[in-house]
Amino acid sequence: MTAAENILESGGQPAMRESMLRLFAEQFLASKLAVLGMILLALCLCLAIFAPWIAPQNPFDIGTLNIMDSKLPPGSVSGDGAMMHWLGTDGQARDVFSAILYGLRISLIVGLVSVSAAFAIGATAGLISAYFGGRTEALLMRIVDIQLSFPAILVALVLLSVLGKGVDKVIYALVAVQWAYFARAARGAAIVERNKEYVQAARCMSLSWQRILWRHIFPNCIPPLMVIATIDLAHAIALEATLSFLGVGVPVTEPSLGMLISNGFEYMMSGTYWIAFFPGIALALVVVAINLVGDHLRDILNPRNEI
Amino acid sequence: MSALVFAALYMIGDPVLMLASPEAGDAERELIRQSFGLDLPLWRQYLIFLNKVFVHLDFGKSFLTGEPAIGLILDRMPATLELATAAMLFAVLIGVPLGIYAGLKPESFGARSVMTGSVLGFSLPNFWVGLMLIMVFAVFLHWMPAGGRGPVQAFGPIQLSIFSWAGWRSLILPVATIAVAKCALIVRVTRAATRECLPQDYIKFARARGLSEARVLGVHLLKNILIPIVTVAGLEYGQVFAFAVVTESVFSWPGMGKLLIDSIITLDRPVVVAYLILTVVFLSLLNLVVDVIYTILDPRVQSKARA
Amino acid sequence: MKSIRKSILMSALAVSLLSAAGMAHARDLTIALATEPSSMDPQFHSLTPNIQISETIFDPLVRTDAVAKPIPSLAESWTVNGNVWLFKLRPNVKFSDGSPFTAEDVVFTYARVPKVPNSPSSFNLYLKSIEKVEAVDPLTLRITTDGPSPVLLANLSVVPIMSKKAVSGPAPEGKTTVELNRGDGLIGTGPYKFVSWKRGAEIVLERNLHYWGGRPAWDKVIYRPITKPAARVAALLAGDVDMIENPPTDDLARLEKDTKLHIQKTPSVRVIYIALNQGKDVPAGVSGTDGKNPMTDKRVREALSLAIDRNAIVARIMDGVALPAANLLPYPAFGTSKKYATAPAADLAKARELLAAAGYPKGFTLSLGSPNGRYINDQRIAQSVAAMWANIGVKTNVETMAPPVFFKKRNTYAFSTYLAGWAAATGEMSHPLTSLVLSHDPALGIGTTNWFHYSNTGLDRLVQDASKTQDDGKRSEMLQRAGEMAMSDYAILPLQFELSVWAMKQDVRYGGRSDQLTLAQDITLAK
Repeated sequence: MTAAENILESGGQPAMRESMLRLFAEQFLASKLAVLGMILLALCLCLAIFAPWIAPQNPFDIGTLNIMDSKLPPGSVSGDGAMMHWLGTDGQARDVFSAILYGLRISLIVGLVSVSAAFAIGATAGLISAYFGGRTEALLMRIVDIQLSFPAILVALVLLSVLGKGVDKVIYALVAVQWAYFARAARGAAIVERNKEYVQAARCMSLSWQRILWRHIFPNCIPPLMVIATIDLAHAIALEATLSFLGVGVPVTEPSLGMLISNGFEYMMSGTYWIAFFPGIALALVVVAINLVGDHLRDILNPRNEI
Repeated sequence: MSALVFAALYMIGDPVLMLASPEAGDAERELIRQSFGLDLPLWRQYLIFLNKVFVHLDFGKSFLTGEPAIGLILDRMPATLELATAAMLFAVLIGVPLGIYAGLKPESFGARSVMTGSVLGFSLPNFWVGLMLIMVFAVFLHWMPAGGRGPVQAFGPIQLSIFSWAGWRSLILPVATIAVAKCALIVRVTRAATRECLPQDYIKFARARGLSEARVLGVHLLKNILIPIVTVAGLEYGQVFAFAVVTESVFSWPGMGKLLIDSIITLDRPVVVAYLILTVVFLSLLNLVVDVIYTILDPRVQSKARA
Repeated sequence: MKSIRKSILMSALAVSLLSAAGMAHARDLTIALATEPSSMDPQFHSLTPNIQISETIFDPLVRTDAVAKPIPSLAESWTVNGNVWLFKLRPNVKFSDGSPFTAEDVVFTYARVPKVPNSPSSFNLYLKSIEKVEAVDPLTLRITTDGPSPVLLANLSVVPIMSKKAVSGPAPEGKTTVELNRGDGLIGTGPYKFVSWKRGAEIVLERNLHYWGGRPAWDKVIYRPITKPAARVAALLAGDVDMIENPPTDDLARLEKDTKLHIQKTPSVRVIYIALNQGKDVPAGVSGTDGKNPMTDKRVREALSLAIDRNAIVARIMDGVALPAANLLPYPAFGTSKKYATAPAADLAKARELLAAAGYPKGFTLSLGSPNGRYINDQRIAQSVAAMWANIGVKTNVETMAPPVFFKKRNTYAFSTYLAGWAAATGEMSHPLTSLVLSHDPALGIGTTNWFHYSNTGLDRLVQDASKTQDDGKRSEMLQRAGEMAMSDYAILPLQFELSVWAMKQDVRYGGRSDQLTLAQDITLAK
């Protein structure tokens, strides 16, 4: 690696980058709401990761469920006196609190995996089309346009009605509806970068296109993509919940938050509110927390784009 | 797209098994299959379908009811239009004033609350909002019905439920569900547009001329921020149309979206395919309408067009 | 001037009083349906929601009473001699347009059935044993069957008689389904006649003044489809409707306490069962069995049955709106054995012993398929059964899906076990036995819904002999024995019989029917 390239890739002096990070941190911490969102999000992540140790019951181990304990209101003790159901039990005698922790886990996994995959696919497509332009760009962007002209929920619905139920299938469907957002944003950002001097310089040095794309252009496209990724994470979790609610998402024996709400919906009408209500609160907290963070990130990282 | 849906619905299940009474023998099932043309190879079914659609504008008959699919959808359309239009009207009527307020005094407590509220509004999943509204207003307070559509009256060729109090009682919760999310979006667009317009010369000039604040905002500002609002509202109207799938399922609203879900569940392929094609046509028309309004509103676009 | 105004006022008052009095006499009946009929054509779709409306507009030749026994309707009496049935038709019956009913209408009706195009579930099924239908004279009808057919009457009760005059038309079937959906040609002899149908909103019928029976109780009958159970309950509580079908089981306790309401629970002929794949190969979803199909072992099937606490499912999942089942029909339906009148209690210790004796002390893994939304609380029941099986060490993966997907997968043997329901339309044992447990042989029309490879030639012969036996006492005895054979072999595990529930205003009464139909003509004002 030559010295010139080194400087190119570091994006300026190391000190400058550090100070930018500090500035970013300061700006981020300035918003109390965003910090609150961050804390909530961290809390949710911890609860999800440590669910097996925190939850009083494994709601997926159906052999431990005793049907006579079903539909207990919050604060009841199970029939054998062994367990306190702080948030009650559902129609299958699952402890609602435990079910929420495990459901949170599934919702977050689905969200994180699908967004990461969509990020990878979308960013690649976007960068490639921006860099090469011409027919590649026209073709890729045409697909993106078609994809975006269909409402996400419809595409996901039709896809899932084909694929069937399952955590993995929901992830495929979510990737399929989300990659286009990343592709469009990555292309937009990369086109701006493409014409900047450092890229011209790198081209003059006849570096391979992969290298220019990934080591020079891509790092500078990350901020807008990060904003989209955050917002899409919330979107993915909400969409997964919606699909599960409509009955085409995860299977009933491995409930995500949306599935829990859907199960509880039938009971809610007759006044057994807790089965749907508490998972609903949990879902709202996660989604709002992520959006608070994402909203503020957007304000900091691309102030022009306020919508 | 139509091919994809066609093949997809073919693969997942056999509509005949759903339709035929379980007591029916294989011979009866085979007869049904033949009468629907389901015994032919898939590609021939598809060609026959294409021929009918493009040559005769015939989308086929619903497997379930024997009525033309397109008629079934058009029958349900007024209900969805009613819902989407009412929701969008509310969103605009509430969203625009709030957005202008938030744009005028961005640092005030009120504006901050509005903006935080809008994050909640667009991040909470649609079905979640509907659920909570049902829980509060239908299950606990018994103020509104939990679902369904009120009595309808003919208005020209279509049946609407907005002419009676009972109709509005059923309409208000689903409308609120959709309006919450769209209102949040309109608030953000309006605020951004307002902040962009305020420093412009014509506002300063209007103020300098001593015009009342009401006139400055009501005429000069509103005229200029209308363009982005109309664009977003128009495009969102299309989204509402598609997303009504969710709201209609939650509230058992007898619209097109509910029909789509029911048809996916009963594998009523002609209806699903016809729905998707109609939606695409509708969305394209909507884009066209938005473009036209855009030209009318923005004199610059107009003059360019003339030149 | 003043006096004129006064007299106008007075007469207006009188008019309004009069009309108010008229209102009090004439009462309309509004029923909330759980499912909207898919068509008004009485021969389009053999489906409960369709049949219950067409049975109100039309009459069949014979009807079945509330416990599925044939009773006279348009036929006053009948005799059977071998394969030849002679029906004496009711004289002076008129269609709602005033034209007389004759044997020609019956011949026309039965001939139309196979010609209805695109029928998703044809009524042909009920007429397939018929070889010939002839009008001997205007009031005598002769039907020739292709062999002894003890269930002919039950079958004919599902096929309503249409008017030849009103339904004739240029199409092969006469008036088409779409025309009939608009009310064109929808002329019957039944107690109420068709007025209008707004799809998704309401179906309106009014009293048929030409009806041959007693004067129908209601001026108008209005059906409103409200598919969401909670919305039906809300409509009843708000007084918008007089009666609702299938209130959700979760709400029942609350509704029963309401003094303004009356609840009718009637046992149905629908059994909810679990089928165990007993094929030679290892069924899909089974693992941990060293390449064997554990369910071919009777001890394993018995263990699986003993593990299920049917009473707990009825109490907790169904909120009491079901009867625990030990047989395919509730005792004392025709052909049911007293030995299997009450459901066995769960016995986990014995179940574990049986599993160990069969060579599976550590249990094994299997899958349980279930439709979601086809039967009352189906998905919830499947999950509970899975939990109970897990308790004896049989790890159970529940697969629930939309009904059409479920039925396709079931018919391609994609589950090791599955939950489904069976409504014995004829109300006697030969119906579920023939369809569910006889060896799968579509050519012979037996075991058509036996999708789990159960085969017992002794049982096959016994049931087939019974279905050709005209003597009721003998036939009942044979069917009882057949039922005992199937149950003691754990060929199939019955779980429960659904109870059909109707909730209505206190001043309305409906006796309920075991076939789950809601028939407006049988709904009365409470005395």
